[in-house]
Amino acid sequence: MQPIDLVFRFGGESGEGVISCGEIFAQAAARAGREIYTVRTFPAEIRGGHAVYQVRVGDDLLLSQGDRVDVLVAFNGEGYEKGLPDLRPGGILVCDGDQVTPDPSFDGTAYPIPFTTLARDQVGSLRAKNMVVLGAVAELFDLPREVLFSLVAQRFARKGEEAQEANRRALEAGAAYVRDHVTKQDPYRIGTGPHTGRVVLSGNEAVALGALAAGLTFFAGYPITPASDIMENLVRWLPQVGGRLVQAEDEIAALAMVLGASFGGARAMTATSGPGLSLMVELLGLASAAELPAVVVDVQRAGPSTGMPTKEEQGDLNLAVWGAHGEGPRIVLGATSVADAFQTTVQAFDLAERYQCPVIVLSDQFLGFRKASVAPPPVDEIRPSYRILARRNGAYRRFQLTESGISPAAVPGMVGLQHVITGLEHDEFGRPAYDPARRTQMMAKRARKMALAAQEPGMTRRWGHPEPVLGVLGWGSQEGVIREAVARANREGYRVAALHTRMLWPLPHGEIRAFLRQVKAVLVPEVNFSGQFANLLRTQFTIEPHRLTKSDGLPFRPVDIYEKIKEVYPDGR
Amino acid sequence: MAASLVPKIYRSANKPTWCPGCGDYGVLEATTRALATLQVEPHRVAVVSGIGCSSRFPIFLNAYGFHSVHGRVLPIATGLKVANPELTVLAVGGDGDGLAIGAGHFPHAARRNPDITYIMMDNSIYGLTKGQISPTSRLQQRSSTTPWGNVDRPLNPVAMAVAAGASFVARGVSWAVAELADLIRQGIEHRGFAFIHAVSPCPTFNNTLAQIKPRVAPLPQGYDPTDPVRAFELALHTEALHTGVLYREPETIPYEERLAALEPPTVQDRQTFLQSLIDAYR
Repeated sequence: MQPIDLVFRFGGESGEGVISCGEIFAQAAARAGREIYTVRTFPAEIRGGHAVYQVRVGDDLLLSQGDRVDVLVAFNGEGYEKGLPDLRPGGILVCDGDQVTPDPSFDGTAYPIPFTTLARDQVGSLRAKNMVVLGAVAELFDLPREVLFSLVAQRFARKGEEAQEANRRALEAGAAYVRDHVTKQDPYRIGTGPHTGRVVLSGNEAVALGALAAGLTFFAGYPITPASDIMENLVRWLPQVGGRLVQAEDEIAALAMVLGASFGGARAMTATSGPGLSLMVELLGLASAAELPAVVVDVQRAGPSTGMPTKEEQGDLNLAVWGAHGEGPRIVLGATSVADAFQTTVQAFDLAERYQCPVIVLSDQFLGFRKASVAPPPVDEIRPSYRILARRNGAYRRFQLTESGISPAAVPGMVGLQHVITGLEHDEFGRPAYDPARRTQMMAKRARKMALAAQEPGMTRRWGHPEPVLGVLGWGSQEGVIREAVARANREGYRVAALHTRMLWPLPHGEIRAFLRQVKAVLVPEVNFSGQFANLLRTQFTIEPHRLTKSDGLPFRPVDIYEKIKEVYPDGR
Repeated sequence: MAASLVPKIYRSANKPTWCPGCGDYGVLEATTRALATLQVEPHRVAVVSGIGCSSRFPIFLNAYGFHSVHGRVLPIATGLKVANPELTVLAVGGDGDGLAIGAGHFPHAARRNPDITYIMMDNSIYGLTKGQISPTSRLQQRSSTTPWGNVDRPLNPVAMAVAAGASFVARGVSWAVAELADLIRQGIEHRGFAFIHAVSPCPTFNNTLAQIKPRVAPLPQGYDPTDPVRAFELALHTEALHTGVLYREPETIPYEERLAALEPPTVQDRQTFLQSLIDAYR
C-alpha cells in the first residue's frame, strides 16, 4: 500500500456523462479506502458546453483540489485543449484516440484509447462511452475492479437488467482494451487505502443531512442553481420523519412560508442562491423584528444579477450581513468544508432557536457541488435547542425586556398566551408603539441578543505558526485551500498562521482581536471582486488588510495563496 | 368546550385605529361573531395579515396574531397551517395587499387549497397611505396618483378566485354584518381555501357606500354554488354585486392533508432514519 496524492481531471462535452464518470470514479476510490476531494464545473445549459470533473485522490486529509492535474482524461478535443494548460509537466494524458491526437511537443505520458469506437462497436451505443472511459481508467490505475463494478450496479439498480448488462459490457470493453493493448508507463496505482468507513458527501448533501439531524420539520423553497438539490433531497426525506416540504411560487413566498411555519412552532428553513436571497431581504427584516427563528441557506454563485449560475463566488457576504433596511438582529455563518457544512447547519438551527432570529448560512457553488470523503457525522450527539417557551403567568409579554434580550416565546395553541407579533415597532406585548423611550428600549433589547451571540464559543478555527508575523484571515469554503497554503509556507520557514471565521455576523470579536494583536500584517483571500470580508474587518477592527481576490468563477488553488503570502510577508523570513 | 364564548371574547383590549365609519369595523364584528358561533377557543385561532388599514385586524383580536409585511399574508398563512394544522387559520388584508403587491401568491394559495379562510377587505383605495388608486379602483377614478382619472382597469377578485380554483368563494358587504358573519362561519367550516370578498368602503378616501348599496343583490333563485362556470358568469356580471356563497367545491382535500398523505406512509424514528441515509453514502 503506497501513499498517494493524485489529481485526475475528466473533461469533455456536457451531456456525454463526464460528470457521472468522475463521480463514480471518486466514490469508488473512497470505497477503496482513499480520501477524495472533487471539484465540478459545468455549463448552465443542460446539454452542450464544456464539463469538467476533477478528483484528488490521496491519503492525508485532503484540504483542496490541489495545484495541478496529474492525470487528464479527455473525452474529446476540447477536453484535451482546455485541460492541457493545467496538466503538470510530464503528466499523464488519457484521451479518446478517435478524437484527439496529442501535440508532438507533449512531454508526458499519453494513453490514446479509441473510446468512441469501443462504445460504438463493442457496446453498441455511443452513450456508453463514459462507462468505457471509466473501465479503462480504472484498469489503468488499478482501481479495484470489484469495488467499481458493485458501485456501478448499485447506482443504476433501478434502471433494469438490460441497462446493467450494457454498463458491465462498457466497463469491461474499456478494461479489456487497456489489458490487451496498453503498456503501463507510469507508477501510479489507486489500489486500496487505509480510510475505510468514510461517507462521500457533497456540501449540499451535508446541509440537507444536517438540517434533518437538527430536527427540521418544515422546508419551503424555490428551485435555483446551485441550491436545488438541497430541496430535492429533503422532499424525499422529510415526509419519512413527519416533516413537510412545499415548493413555493417564488423565493419571497418560500421565506414567508418558513416564517409562518416558525410562528407555528416548526423548525423551518429555506435554501436558495444569491438572486433568491435578494428577494428575501424584506422578510429577513420581519424575522429580525418579530423575533422568529428561521434558517436560510445561501449557496452562493457568481453575480451580479443572474451572473454565472454554475460558477463559484463568495459574493453574497455584503448582502447577508448588511442586506436590510433598518437594523435588526441576524446571524450569518459560513460553511467551510463538506464536514463543516453538516455541523454549521446543525448549529444554525440551534442559534436560530436560542436567539429567536434569522440565521443565514453561506455556502457556495464550489462547496455545494464538490464531494469529499468524510467521517460519518455522529447523529446521536445532536441536541439542538428549542426556543425558550413562556409559561402562563398574568398578562403575557411576548417581547419582555430581559437582560439577555431573549424573551420567552409562545406557540399558537398554547392556552392563554395569545399575542400578536408584528414588523412594526412594538411594546413588550407586541402592540404597535412608536414612542421614543420604548423604541430605544426595543432596539437595545434586540441588540443585546447579538452582543451575546458574538461570544458564542468555537466560531473561529486557527492553525499554523504559534507566533505568527503574518495572519491569514479567511471565511467560508476556502478554509482547506488556505490551510494547505499556510502549511506549505510554514514548511518553508514563514511564520504564518490562519484564523478562519465561522460566524461572520456578529463577528467573534474576542478571538479575532487576540489574533490581530499577534500579527504584523493581515492577508484576506476571498473569491469575490472587492474583498467583502476584508472590508468588513476594516470597518470592525480598523485594520488595513492585504487582499487577495478573484472573481473568475473558480476557487483558489493553494499556490495562489502561497504566492501571495510570500509577496506580502513582512520584513523577510 | 364551554358554550360561553361570546363575540367580545375574541376582541383584544386594543382599540381599532380605523376612521369612524370604516367598513372594517363591520368585518371585525362579523369575524368575532363567526368565531363565537363556532365556539373555537381563542388560543386555537391564528390570524395572519399583511400591511394596510385592514391588515391591522389581528391587533384588535384576542387570538394568535401575525401582522407581517405587505403582500405576503397567504404564503405565511400557508406555512403556518401546514406546520400547525390543528389551528383555525384566518388570513386577512386589503385589496392592495392581496391584489397588487401580493397578487402573485393568490392563485397559488387557491390551487394549493390549504384550509385557511382569506378575508379580503376591499375598499378600492389605498387608505393607510392616504388615498391612491388600488387594483380594484374603477376606471376614471380620481385619486392622489390619478389626478386626471384612473386608466388601469380594475381586477375582479371573485372572478380571479374562481378562475384560480379556490374551493370556496363568497362575497359579503361590511354593513350587512349578520350575513357576512354567516359567510365567514361557512368559510371557516369549509375544508380548504375559502375566499371571502368583503366589500368594505373607505369613508375617508373613497366613500362608495352610496354607489355600491343599490348594486348589492342576493344570489338568483335556485342558484347552484357547485357550478364554477355559473359562478364565473355571475362574478363577471359586475352591474349587480351578488352576495352569498358563489362557489363551493363539494368534496375537497385540504393541502395540509394531501401533504400528510404523501408516500411514503411510514413515519420513522428520526435518528434511525438519518443513520440509514448516512450509511447509503458509504
